[in-house]
Amino acid sequence: MKRLLAIAGAVAAAMSLTPMHEAKAEGSLTLCWAAWDPANALVELSKDFTAESGVQMKFEFVPWTSYADRFLNELNSKGKLCDLIIGDSQWIGGAAENGHYVKLNDFFEKEHISMDDFLPATVVGYSEWPKNTPNYWALPAMGDVVGWTYRKDWFSRPELQQEFKAKYGWDLDAPKTYDQLKQIGEFFQGRKIDGKTVYGASIYTERGSEGITMGVTNVLYDWGFEYQNPDKPYDMKGFVNSPDAVAGLEFYKSLYKCCTPPGASNVYMGESADAFKSGQVAMHMNFAFTWPGLYKDENVGGDKIGFFANPAEKKHFAQLGGQGISVVAYSDHKDDAFKYIKWFVKPEVQAKWWKLGGFSCAKSVLNDPGFTKSAPYAQTFLDSMSIVKDFWAEPSYAQLLQAMQKRVHDYVVADKGTAQEALDSLLKDWTEVFEDNGKI
Amino acid sequence: MNEHSGTISIADKAAATPRPVAVRVRGLSDKGIAWLFVGPTIVLLLAINIFPLIWTIYLSFTNYAANRSGEVKNVGTRNYERILNDADIWAAMQATAHFVIWTIAIETVLGFALAYLIDKKFRGHGFWTTLLLLPMMLSPAVVGNFWKFLYEPQIGLFNYAISYLTGIDRTSFQMLGEVSLAPWAIVIVDVWMWTPYVMLICLAGLRSIPDYIYEAAEVDRASPWRQFVSITLPMSMPFIMLAVLFRGIENFKMFDLINLLTSGGPGSTTEVASITLKRAAFESWRTGYSSAFAIILFVAVFGLANIYVKALNKVKQR
Repeated sequence: MKRLLAIAGAVAAAMSLTPMHEAKAEGSLTLCWAAWDPANALVELSKDFTAESGVQMKFEFVPWTSYADRFLNELNSKGKLCDLIIGDSQWIGGAAENGHYVKLNDFFEKEHISMDDFLPATVVGYSEWPKNTPNYWALPAMGDVVGWTYRKDWFSRPELQQEFKAKYGWDLDAPKTYDQLKQIGEFFQGRKIDGKTVYGASIYTERGSEGITMGVTNVLYDWGFEYQNPDKPYDMKGFVNSPDAVAGLEFYKSLYKCCTPPGASNVYMGESADAFKSGQVAMHMNFAFTWPGLYKDENVGGDKIGFFANPAEKKHFAQLGGQGISVVAYSDHKDDAFKYIKWFVKPEVQAKWWKLGGFSCAKSVLNDPGFTKSAPYAQTFLDSMSIVKDFWAEPSYAQLLQAMQKRVHDYVVADKGTAQEALDSLLKDWTEVFEDNGKI
Repeated sequence: MNEHSGTISIADKAAATPRPVAVRVRGLSDKGIAWLFVGPTIVLLLAINIFPLIWTIYLSFTNYAANRSGEVKNVGTRNYERILNDADIWAAMQATAHFVIWTIAIETVLGFALAYLIDKKFRGHGFWTTLLLLPMMLSPAVVGNFWKFLYEPQIGLFNYAISYLTGIDRTSFQMLGEVSLAPWAIVIVDVWMWTPYVMLICLAGLRSIPDYIYEAAEVDRASPWRQFVSITLPMSMPFIMLAVLFRGIENFKMFDLINLLTSGGPGSTTEVASITLKRAAFESWRTGYSSAFAIILFVAVFGLANIYVKALNKVKQR
C-alpha cells in the first residue's frame, strides 16, 4: 500500500510540476488578432521582423464572430497565450483599467516614438485611455472605418442613368447624402440587370455580436445622435434618445425595409461582402478592410467597383473600426514584444504594411503625396478616416454594446415598438450599466 | 473439502472463504479499500459539479463581473429581484416555452407514429429505419448550417419547395428573418433532427410488449383500435414519458442549434433562456446576474423534472 501511495504521490507531484501549456521557445512571440485578410498581410510583413531580429513569430487568429469572446476571456483569465494583441478599439478602456495592457508612455519616450506621427483620430480611437488624454496603451496598427462600395459598371449604363435622372432629377452617381443613397437603393431594388434580379444595398443587421450597432451608428451620427452631453459625461437623456436620433433610427429601418435583399436579417461583414461579390446589390456597407479584396475580385472588382465615404446628412461621421497593437501585461516576452512595436513603427515598415493590404495609420504613409493614387480606394479611406466617431470604449463596453444590439435589432428587424421606445429603452439600459459601475 | 464424506466441514468452508482484501493489503480495512476506489470519483464529482454549483450560488448574491477587477460586493437578493422583474427575461422564458412545448408535442406524435410503422415489419424496414435515424447522428453545428442554407429565401430549397407547392413568390417570406416565422423555423429543424430519437425510444417500448397479450386480445375479438388503446398505448406510455423527459430537459437548455440558425433573432424573437444566459454571462459579463439566472433555471428544471419523474413512476406502477 505504501508503494501504491508513493506512486500516486509521485504522479500527482509530476502533474503539478508539468506546465499545462507547452512553454514558448526563447525568442518567439505570439501575436493575437482576428482571422481576416489584413492578418495574412501581417504574417507576410512580420517575416521581415524575424529576419531582422531573429525572433520567431507565431500567430493566433480567431474569426470575427468569436474574436471578442476568445481574447477577452484570455485577457480576463490573465492568460499567457498572447504576447502582443491587436485588440478592438472598444476594449481599450477595460484593458487599461483592468491592467491587461502595458502602458506604453515610458517605452514611447525611451524609443522616441511620437503619437504625432499618427492620424489624430486613430490615436484617440486606438491608443488613448481615458480618451483625449496622453495615456497610451496601444500603437495605432490597423486603421478601419465603415464606408461603401458601389457597382460603377451599373451606375454608368446610359439607359439606367437616363431613367434615374428622369425619376429623381439628379445624375446617378455615388451618393453624397443618405436621402440620395436611399433613392439609389429604391431604384435598383428588384430591378433585372443582365437577366438577374438585383437589390439596392446591403447593410449591417447582425444580431449576435456587434453588427447592427456598427451599421446603425453610421446613420445615427449623421442625424445628430450623441452618446452623452459633451459638457457633462454620462448625462445621456435627450442625447441618446433625441428627436434627431429617433429620426435616424427610423431612417435605418426604412433603408432595411426598402432596399435590402431578401433574407438580409442577420448580415455583418462577411455576408455583406458576399452579397456584393455575388452581384446581388448595387451598393454595400462595409469596413474598409474589405476593399482591397473586393477590388481584386474577378466578377465585381477592377473597373466595376467604386468606393465612397459614408454619406452626410445634418452632420457627417462614419463609424470607426480598426485596432491598435498592445503588449499584454501577462506576457513573459515583453522585451521582444517591445522590439516588435519598435520595428513596426518604422516608416518603411508602415509603407510596406499599406502595400501588402494593411491600413496604416502613420502620417508618413497617409500624407505621402502619392498615397491617394496608390490604390483606387485610398482617397475614400483618407476621407473616411477624417470623419470617424467610435462607440463607447468604457470598461463596460460589452454591456453597453449588447444593450444596443438588442434594442435596435428589436426595432429595425423585428418590428418591435417604435424608434422612440427603442432609444428610451436603450437609455434606461445604459443608465443602469453606468449606475452599476458607479459612474453615475 | 472432505471428499470421502461428501459433506463440507466448517473448517473447509473457512479455508475456502477468500481472505478479506484488508488482510492482503495490510493496514487498511475493507471500508478503507472501498473509500480508496470511490474516493477519486467523489473528489471529481465535488470538484466539477458540487463546487461550481456552490460557487455559482455564492456569485449570484454578488455584483461580480468576470471581466473586471475590483471589489466584489454582496448585493443580497438584488440579482434575483431584477431577473424576476425583467420583462426581457420573461420574454425569453416565453420563447423557451414555445420551443419546448411545440417540439415535444410534434416529436412525440411523429416519433410514436413512425415507431408504430417501423414496428410492423414491412419489406425494407431496416433500410427506412436507418434512413430515418440519420438526422440525429449529425452534429448540431452541421444541421444548423445546412438548414440556414435551406431557409435562404433566394437560393434555399425550403422556400423553393413552398413556392412550388403554393405558387407564392419564394423571396416573399424569410423563415429566419420574420418574427412570425422564425419561432416555427427552429421548431421544424429540431423536429427534423430529434424525432428519430423519440422514435427509437418508442420502438423499444413497442417491442417490449409481449405478443401473447395481443393473441389473448384477438381471442377476445378486440378490434385493432381497441388493442391500440388498451394495450399498445398504455404499455408503451412509460417509454413515451421517458422520451418526453429527455427531450424536455434537452430542449429547455437548447443553445447550439438556435444560436446557429438565428442567434436569437430577429430581434429577440427566438432568444431562448440559454441564449439570454450566455449573453449575460459571456458577452455582457454580468457574472453575478447570470449566476442568479442560472440558479433560477436550475431550480426550475430540477423541480419540474422531479415532479415528472414521480408521475412517470406512477404510470410504471399501474
